Amino acid sequence: MFNRWTERMDLLGQALQLRAYRQQVIASNIANADTPGYVARDFDFRTALLQAQARERGAVLASASAAVPSASHGLAGSDPRHLRTALRAGVTDSARVAYTIRAQPSLDQNTVDLDQQRANFVDNAVQYETTLRFINGHVKTMLAAIQGQ
Amino acid sequence: MSMFRIFDVSGSAISAQAQRLNTVASNLANADAVAGPDGQAYKARQVVFQTVPMGEPASAGVKVRTIVESDAPNRRVFNPHHPSADAQGYVTYSNVNPVEEMVHMIATARSYQNNVEVMNTAKTLLLKTLQMGQ
Repeated sequence: MFNRWTERMDLLGQALQLRAYRQQVIASNIANADTPGYVARDFDFRTALLQAQARERGAVLASASAAVPSASHGLAGSDPRHLRTALRAGVTDSARVAYTIRAQPSLDQNTVDLDQQRANFVDNAVQYETTLRFINGHVKTMLAAIQGQ
Repeated sequence: MSMFRIFDVSGSAISAQAQRLNTVASNLANADAVAGPDGQAYKARQVVFQTVPMGEPASAGVKVRTIVESDAPNRRVFNPHHPSADAQGYVTYSNVNPVEEMVHMIATARSYQNNVEVMNTAKTLLLKTLQMGQ
């Protein structure tokens, strides 16, 4: 029951982490806009989020089936009813960062399209804020449900 | 939290761009410098950027790898009355091209501004993240 409440929170948390990660990738691109030979990088947000979700589901299943997970991966327990943490890889590991191709190649082999990167940066910042608002709204909903007022 | 890495990345870029602006300033300041007693006039300098990996595969900072001197020919002006004129009456000036330097200056300023903006946005987002759930 409680699990169902937090499921949405997990999804939003993963989305937020991936947005932060993409923000970092784009910041690197903007920082290297004048570096010769630098190839701009980015990743597909949708694919990364789907993969992170699939991985999370797999991790939860794996930890449920294993009787005693090793302590190095999280909380260990000697009984299936013990509280334990799922062994999970970082969400950002599911993002496959690829190299972008530029429509107009420059002479120094730099492929950063600054206009494109700035647009991506602003877009990603807005999406990050949106995800934050969803999280805040979700928290408020849960609090309202708990307090019953 | 990966967002904090942005400050390292953009900070390295800002410092590299500041160094580039420094070379532009030196070049413009020495645009009309004549050759000294050794006969060598000022040569225009330019920075060469290089990517620096910063721990994670996705974060890449910048550093100035080296500063190269332009090998363009020095400007020579015929002026026999100048104290630095050589035997043929020519004065050797630096090889700085002021138009080129102004273009570099504008490009550097734009890049600098871009990185400052990136930092500001990251700061705003982090501050909003701090208020999560309130």
